[in-house]
Amino acid sequence: MGLLSDPNRRRALIGLLTRLNAPICVFCYMAGVAWFMGLAFEPFTLRTYMSENAMGSTMVEERFPAGERALATGREFSAHKKKAGGMPVDWLVRTMQSRGLEVFTQSFSRTLPFPDENKERYMVKGTNVYGILRAPRAPRTEALVLTAPCTAGDGNNQAVGLLLGLAQYFRSQIFWAKDIIFLVNEHDLIGMQAWLEGYHHSNTTGMDWTPIRGRGGSIQAALSLELSSDVITSLDLVLEGLNGQLPNLDLANLFYAFCQKIGVVCTIQGKLQRNDWDSVAGYSHSVQTMMLMAMKQASGRPWGDHGLFLRYHIEAVTIKGINSFRQYKTDATTVGRLLEGMFRKLNNLLERLHQSYFFYLMPSLSHFVSIGYYMPAFGLLGVILLLRALDLWDQLVTPPPRTEDGAAEQASSPGVLSVLTPLVISHLTGAALYKLPVHFQAMAVEHFPVSETEAVVLTAIAVYTAGLALPHNTHRLLSGEGTEQGWRVLKLVALLYLAVLLGCTALVNFSLGFILALTLVPMAAFVTPHVPKVLSAIVLVFLSPACTLLFSVFFFQELQEDPVSFQEGWMLYLSVISQGILDHYLYGSVIYPLMALLVYPCWLLFWNILFWK
Amino acid sequence: MKLLILLNLFSIYLLANSINVENTAGQFFSSGHTNNWAVLVCTSRFWFNYRHVANTLSVYRSVKRLGIPDSHIVLMLADDMACNHRNPKPATVFSHKNMELNVYGDDVEVDYRGYEVTVENFLRVLTGRLPLSTPRSKRLLSDDRSNILIYLTGHGGNGFLKFQDSEEISNVELADAFEQMWQKRRYNELLFIIDTCQGASMYERFYSPNIMALASSQIGEDSLSHQPDLAIGVHLMDRYTFYLLEFLEDIHPASKTNMNDLFKVCPKSQCVSTPGHRTDLFLRDPGSVLITDFFGSVRKVEITMETINLTIPIKQLEQNPLTELQRYSYVDQLPVSEIIHQNPKQKDWHPPDGFILGLWTLILLVFFKTYGMKHLKHIF
Repeated sequence: MGLLSDPNRRRALIGLLTRLNAPICVFCYMAGVAWFMGLAFEPFTLRTYMSENAMGSTMVEERFPAGERALATGREFSAHKKKAGGMPVDWLVRTMQSRGLEVFTQSFSRTLPFPDENKERYMVKGTNVYGILRAPRAPRTEALVLTAPCTAGDGNNQAVGLLLGLAQYFRSQIFWAKDIIFLVNEHDLIGMQAWLEGYHHSNTTGMDWTPIRGRGGSIQAALSLELSSDVITSLDLVLEGLNGQLPNLDLANLFYAFCQKIGVVCTIQGKLQRNDWDSVAGYSHSVQTMMLMAMKQASGRPWGDHGLFLRYHIEAVTIKGINSFRQYKTDATTVGRLLEGMFRKLNNLLERLHQSYFFYLMPSLSHFVSIGYYMPAFGLLGVILLLRALDLWDQLVTPPPRTEDGAAEQASSPGVLSVLTPLVISHLTGAALYKLPVHFQAMAVEHFPVSETEAVVLTAIAVYTAGLALPHNTHRLLSGEGTEQGWRVLKLVALLYLAVLLGCTALVNFSLGFILALTLVPMAAFVTPHVPKVLSAIVLVFLSPACTLLFSVFFFQELQEDPVSFQEGWMLYLSVISQGILDHYLYGSVIYPLMALLVYPCWLLFWNILFWK
Repeated sequence: MKLLILLNLFSIYLLANSINVENTAGQFFSSGHTNNWAVLVCTSRFWFNYRHVANTLSVYRSVKRLGIPDSHIVLMLADDMACNHRNPKPATVFSHKNMELNVYGDDVEVDYRGYEVTVENFLRVLTGRLPLSTPRSKRLLSDDRSNILIYLTGHGGNGFLKFQDSEEISNVELADAFEQMWQKRRYNELLFIIDTCQGASMYERFYSPNIMALASSQIGEDSLSHQPDLAIGVHLMDRYTFYLLEFLEDIHPASKTNMNDLFKVCPKSQCVSTPGHRTDLFLRDPGSVLITDFFGSVRKVEITMETINLTIPIKQLEQNPLTELQRYSYVDQLPVSEIIHQNPKQKDWHPPDGFILGLWTLILLVFFKTYGMKHLKHIF
């Protein structure tokens, strides 16, 4: 007989499972965490390599000459920007036209759901200007995009100057097989979203924009440039996009290949690569880089203008020029040559980038970990939930040993209804957490002396905390309250729900799934009505999603070598919440709905279980 | 007196010449072929396979220079590199870096271009099974006195050659095609050159006589590309064909270089891979085969003012090994008579299906059971 169909063996297996459940769970948890930490260890990673045949081994000799002229153009741009008090649309249109591009503009406007205190904007109105360099001999079916955001104040002028300089240089070449679109967008991400929506005829976020009149065909790849100084010491690559989506690894490989060829210092997450992987300091450096990437991916915000392209299946990265205190400086001509080389390689593409990985983690710029290697870390954490669920199922199915008044124990099998009540109430609370903060901000501002942003954030926290009081109220509605059977059924459902939720999240955004699993899984595993209430309540609150976010904020600042005090951390935390809500309304990020509508109710179910009696 | 001596000398000179001409007339028919053909195929497309087109065009150039006219060359190029949008020098295909040698020129005649280069078309060209509407430029109109040069380049593997990213030709198919050519008397001798990875696997299945084969690498080895051009941004040529081209640039129509020198082209030190060759199916000794027997169309023309007496049997330099003539008849390719036969073919009679028999028996039994035997007389 088979292992599982033989009742004796099955009973033995189940007995094993029941006895060793807690040790196996603890072991799996430690193994999962250790696996994740081990991913950054260099012998376990792979060197990056170019997977796309079309972007093959040979490289051209880049000949971009006009770095100084680009910087002069940047200074002109800055002067006109100050004069116009925003985007110097007319000057940009004239300059692009004089360089031989087909120039178009798009105006957009958006009223944010509540004022954005980080960037100090509420009613945003702006114009995007873009020029299309038509391919001399090719049909207008494919395009590449080079974009530089127009930021208010003194930022990013050199990027726009370099963009215009490259436009002029590219115009004189005849080997372009795709149209190149040079885009200068205003109000960074909002303008970019407007342009992308207009280009693809989709209106997902409710923004107002004028239609795009000039198109270049389907966009194959995009590069976003941020350059705020005349000379730079290093170039930083930003990969993380909206909802934690990453561009194809080939684009990062391309960037790294050119960094090596031209000899520019290149970093990722602002950290320079080290050679001593076998020392503790080297290993911790890689771990820090990887964890920074994981946290950025988990936050679900686009960390550069490129982040919004990814949703349209356009591979895009942001290249930031950093000027720090290093001796060797790179001038604008070299940066221009690097971009020229990258564009010539992208010009050779025949189809969209798809040969390399879409899901990966990078502990350094030259090494990566693919999904096949990092998923077991999450799998080990998920197994804990399944083991617990199996244990509970076994407890539910096998009848308890007959006691003297065994009848009383088995009195009412609660059935689906009693489980349904906590579920429904938790989800209603989640829906309240999703809807109330933004909807009732006006009312909150009337009654309390706070600004709109603070009102939203504080309402969110208030609803979250109010949910903690639920168990005492729902028990009145509950029919099967207090039964042993009841909480087991609820916990089984909650465990499976959590497992499915975390699994689906980890597939799409591994870092978010893993970080949530790190805190939610131990809580889900040990919580029962029988553990000491006060201690468990405190532990549960610490392991709740909101506190995870709080700790992540502090941890993130630590990783970036910019530790903050508790006060600053708290303000940062509030701004992170407001940014998360704004991201959802402005760009369609799903992190806020996910947390409010799914993760928080799931956590509330466990809170309910804790206070079952 | 002086005039007499002069006349004598003159007649002696003419006599010597005429004897010379009659002697060399014997050499006219030594190699056995009267015309030359070339089939040059590049099987890969896309910009980064620039070097395969450059390979084929450089062999085309050499072959044309040595005398084979366009009407006798079937050139198949799978993609257009000269007019590719990414070519910084349009209408050119360079084989040496720094753009020294443009093998595209202005008199290139491509017979099969783009998507027409398929395995089916290639095999049809070789075997001659083309639709009646195919123009002459797309046909290999060779006969049994033709020496054919076949050059293939592209991406290949152990036992196959990739055509255009979508199909492959296997070494067995190729060997069978050559056998069909032999049986239809479409070639006198065949030189097969292939420049791909693991090229030697393509010729290991040949079994038809009079084929000599060269490949750029052995099984398990990759053929490497030669040099990139930093302005164009691609590799321009493959190593084997690059050194083959250099070798051929030294050949002129009258040169007497033989095949043994061709086998020495691109040794391992230059090519990194080991070129291979196969001569066991070839009847002549490779040392006596001239390069121009395949790469050029050398017309054996000697201008003489003499009349040559051809009634004397001319001594042939080589004995014809075939002593008895075999009559060959073609197998009936299309049994038309059987297809349009008016009378249906006699099928063997077989008893009716058991099932039908049983069914009728059942019906009868039921009938008689129900109505009784007395009704039998009403039926019969």
